[in-house]
Amino acid sequence: MDLTIKVWRQNNPHDQGRFETYQLSAASQDMTFLEMLDALNEQLIHEDKDPIAFEHDCREGICGSCAMMINGRPHGPEQEVTSCQLNMKAFKENDVIVVEPWRAQSFPVIKDLVVDRSAFEKIMEAGGFVDVDVSAVPDANTYPVGKDIAEESFDAAECIGCGACVAACKNSSAMLFVAAKVSQYALLPQGKKEGLTRAWNMVSKMDELGFGSCTNTGSCEAECPKGISLAHIARLNREFLKAGFHNLAAEKR
Amino acid sequence: MTALNSKIPEGPLSEKWKNHKNSLKLVSPANKKKMDIIMVGTGVAGAAAAASLGQMGYNVKVFCYQDSPRRAHSVAAQGGINAAKNYRNDNDSDYRLFYDMIKGGDFRAREANVYRAAEVSNNIIDQLTAQGVPFAREYGGTLATRSFGGVQVSRTFYASGQTGQQVLLGSYSALKRQISKGTVTMYERRQMLELVVKDGKARGIVCRNLVTGEMERYSAHAVVLATGGYGTIYFLSTLAVNSSGAAAYAAYKKGAFFANPSFIQIHPSCIPQLNEYQSKLTLMSESLRNDGRVWVPKSKDDNRKPTDIPEEERDYYLERRYPAFGNLVPRDIGARAAKERCDAGYGVGETGYAVYLDFKDAIKEQGKKTIHSKYGSLFDLYKKITGEDPYKQPMKIYPAGHYTMGGLWVDYNLMTTIPGLYAIGEANFSDHGANRLGASSLMQGSGDGYFILPYTIGDYLSGEIKNPKPSTDAKEFEEAEKEAIERINRLMNINGNTTALDFHKKLGKIMWNYGGMERNEEGLKKGLEMVTELEEQFYKDLKLTGTTDSMNQPLERALRVAASFEISRLMLRDALNRNESCGAHFRTEHQTEDGEALRNDDKYMYVSAWEYKGDNQEPELHIEELKYDHVKVQQRSYK
Ligand SMILES: Cc1cc2nc3c(=O)[nH]c(=O)nc-3n(C[C@H](O)[C@H](O)[C@H](O)COP(=O)(O)OP(=O)(O)OC[C@H]3O[C@@H](n4cnc5c(N)ncnc54)[C@H](O)[C@@H]3O)c2cc1C
Ligand code: SF4
Ligand code: FES
Repeated sequence: MDLTIKVWRQNNPHDQGRFETYQLSAASQDMTFLEMLDALNEQLIHEDKDPIAFEHDCREGICGSCAMMINGRPHGPEQEVTSCQLNMKAFKENDVIVVEPWRAQSFPVIKDLVVDRSAFEKIMEAGGFVDVDVSAVPDANTYPVGKDIAEESFDAAECIGCGACVAACKNSSAMLFVAAKVSQYALLPQGKKEGLTRAWNMVSKMDELGFGSCTNTGSCEAECPKGISLAHIARLNREFLKAGFHNLAAEKR
Repeated sequence: MTALNSKIPEGPLSEKWKNHKNSLKLVSPANKKKMDIIMVGTGVAGAAAAASLGQMGYNVKVFCYQDSPRRAHSVAAQGGINAAKNYRNDNDSDYRLFYDMIKGGDFRAREANVYRAAEVSNNIIDQLTAQGVPFAREYGGTLATRSFGGVQVSRTFYASGQTGQQVLLGSYSALKRQISKGTVTMYERRQMLELVVKDGKARGIVCRNLVTGEMERYSAHAVVLATGGYGTIYFLSTLAVNSSGAAAYAAYKKGAFFANPSFIQIHPSCIPQLNEYQSKLTLMSESLRNDGRVWVPKSKDDNRKPTDIPEEERDYYLERRYPAFGNLVPRDIGARAAKERCDAGYGVGETGYAVYLDFKDAIKEQGKKTIHSKYGSLFDLYKKITGEDPYKQPMKIYPAGHYTMGGLWVDYNLMTTIPGLYAIGEANFSDHGANRLGASSLMQGSGDGYFILPYTIGDYLSGEIKNPKPSTDAKEFEEAEKEAIERINRLMNINGNTTALDFHKKLGKIMWNYGGMERNEEGLKKGLEMVTELEEQFYKDLKLTGTTDSMNQPLERALRVAASFEISRLMLRDALNRNESCGAHFRTEHQTEDGEALRNDDKYMYVSAWEYKGDNQEPELHIEELKYDHVKVQQRSYK
């Protein structure tokens, strides 16, 4: 199949960057999107050009490495797939495909399609854990958790940290990412102690790192490859309020 | 050939670890603060170990090649993690878990290590639950379990088909917590290229910064490799595409012995290769065989749709051949049985190299909702890749390279043959013998990381308190960096016509054909020749573009492929040396009348450990004799 691929090329964080257009005839509908990029890179190498840098590892939608805007949409046109799971069957002969990196102030471009997502790491370090040491912990069955609650917590925990929610949001907010983590823990008996401050700490860190605020447009949910629900943002907001009251009370004491 | 000392403690099996722990030397809190540990790898093993060591007070430096530790390949593990909790009251115990692993490994694993792995398994589940890992639950709120292959109890804990993700994220969160406390420093996007050995001890590493291309030197009092397996020598495998044994290989070249390289698990149930462009294969977890039934048509070239083939014309060959374990036979057996049917002409799908995994009966008995809650994510994954709906028609599956039981040789303390260099998780060889049982790798990696290495490493470090970590200006660091730069320049300057990806694909074909599910003397010798030829071509005809001073992914791959040639040769050589069949290592010359692996315990009841002797030299074989004092060694039977 013949394709025209317009790709964002940028040598380093300081480079201006520009679109380059390539013709690719070695593509096939049997490929995944990343296999198509592999084929394009093989072609570029044979033409003595620098191949396109893009992130990938598991190639089955679970590691969260792959991250790109495909025709203006994070992870491309299909619902609930990552870029690596996107099939070339979603495209036709002679299509023009535009590929860009995530565009967000907090995710600066490193090279081509590779962005720096370390801001997510900093948010996690601000509270994305249960405050428990490795050592003597109670038997795992000490605190029962209802099957439905466990499944809801799991649904939140499915977030792969890809950043599509940020890329999809006109405010570049990371609320869905934060909400997924906060919600996973808020539903469980573990981590109740620091639960009072977790939402506050993670959201404050998010603001500090330059992510925008959430205005409930819902585009994050629509583009999230794991189908993380907006309901988790509602839970985060409740947790955030609780934390606010807790902080206020602490100040008064 | 010299014998290796595995340092197995004296005493009864169930007392060994307890007694040993009591005899291990300690490092005081004041001294821990002064000691640095390098941890390469952030999978279940590395993340758990780094978090534990950081909590204990050591300064830990952690490395991974991805942009975040959360993306380590462990994230892809699907089916579950074992523990001998006996929550089902089905008479499970540490001993039974130990016994299942020893038998599953076809009597080629070290008793004491395996018993210890079983012993610490329960604490892992407690730890992960305390971290907020959302394991599946029963209606009553207690933790749910399921069964895995080669086992007759239900001891596998799980989180839908994404157990690895949840277990890894649990350990990752513990790691993040330590990073926030300042005990652990994280170095992402680094490719370790060299191990630095000074005065006979592991003292540091040299990495390439994958963003800037710069070489970086790090020194420490001890180095731990938690770098995963080398299954990508097959090119197509269930591993993440950037996984490789290159870091372990760098250690091998500096004197760490490489053990049992030929023991590689081929997993029976993966989505078959669909076309020549494919860059990886996707696993369909063994847990599916709790409810899925494996079959092929009874007659050859039956072109009907699977749903049109009536019950009496289906051959449920696993249930037929192995009535006691049925669809839940161990992986090596399941994989060969699938190959046998396909080679005999009964395979299905376009290529004839696939078998069915059918959920029709399970859906009828338990309802779609229950099956969805058990395997929903796997069914979705299958549908996304193949476009077929497993709720409506059986899956098509075929074996693929999956897990490497072989790895760096370690003693009971998980130390390699280089003092101060440890290997944990899939990177070591220790607990799975010639075949790993399902759901026991997350268990072993987590156990190594949380509860074993943090104790044993102190014993070594207590002797290093007076030795400050070396300066990174030391000549050993300089030489290691020079070696790495020369290696890179050599690759960049070949200016040939074939890409690293192409070479990798070619290597994969050779290894699959001659070192895959079945091996024989002639094929192994041929494979060895072909790998050497391909390697020669690689150094004449490799083509790389781009520069070394920025991100250059084909260069990263070329460095991995270069190591893979040598690992592949080691693997073939080991398979040639082991003139018997055992577990996943199946030499066609040695099989029983019904085609099962035929061991030769008199000659090969040992661990083979290979020592590097120079680039164009044959490696030297050392052996560790295996002794079985607590189980009766017998012909494995799952009938
Ligand atoms: C598809 C699939 C499903 C599986 N399902 C299960 C299951 O259900 N249950 C089970 O028990 N096991 C399962 N396994 C096996 C199990 O997942 C792995 O064996 C285990 O996770 C390995 O963990 P690890 O910590 O040893 O290494 P990995 O998770 O592989 O991590 C390796 C780490 O090393 C780093 N690294 C490697 N090389 C370098 C280098 N040169 N420089 C810097 N960093 C480097 C990587 O960045 C990474 O952080 C599965 C495996 C696969 C492939
Ligand atoms: S919430 Fe969804 S889109 Fe955002 S990082 Fe997680 S998985 Fe990606
Ligand atoms: S490569 Fe892992 S999610 Fe796409």
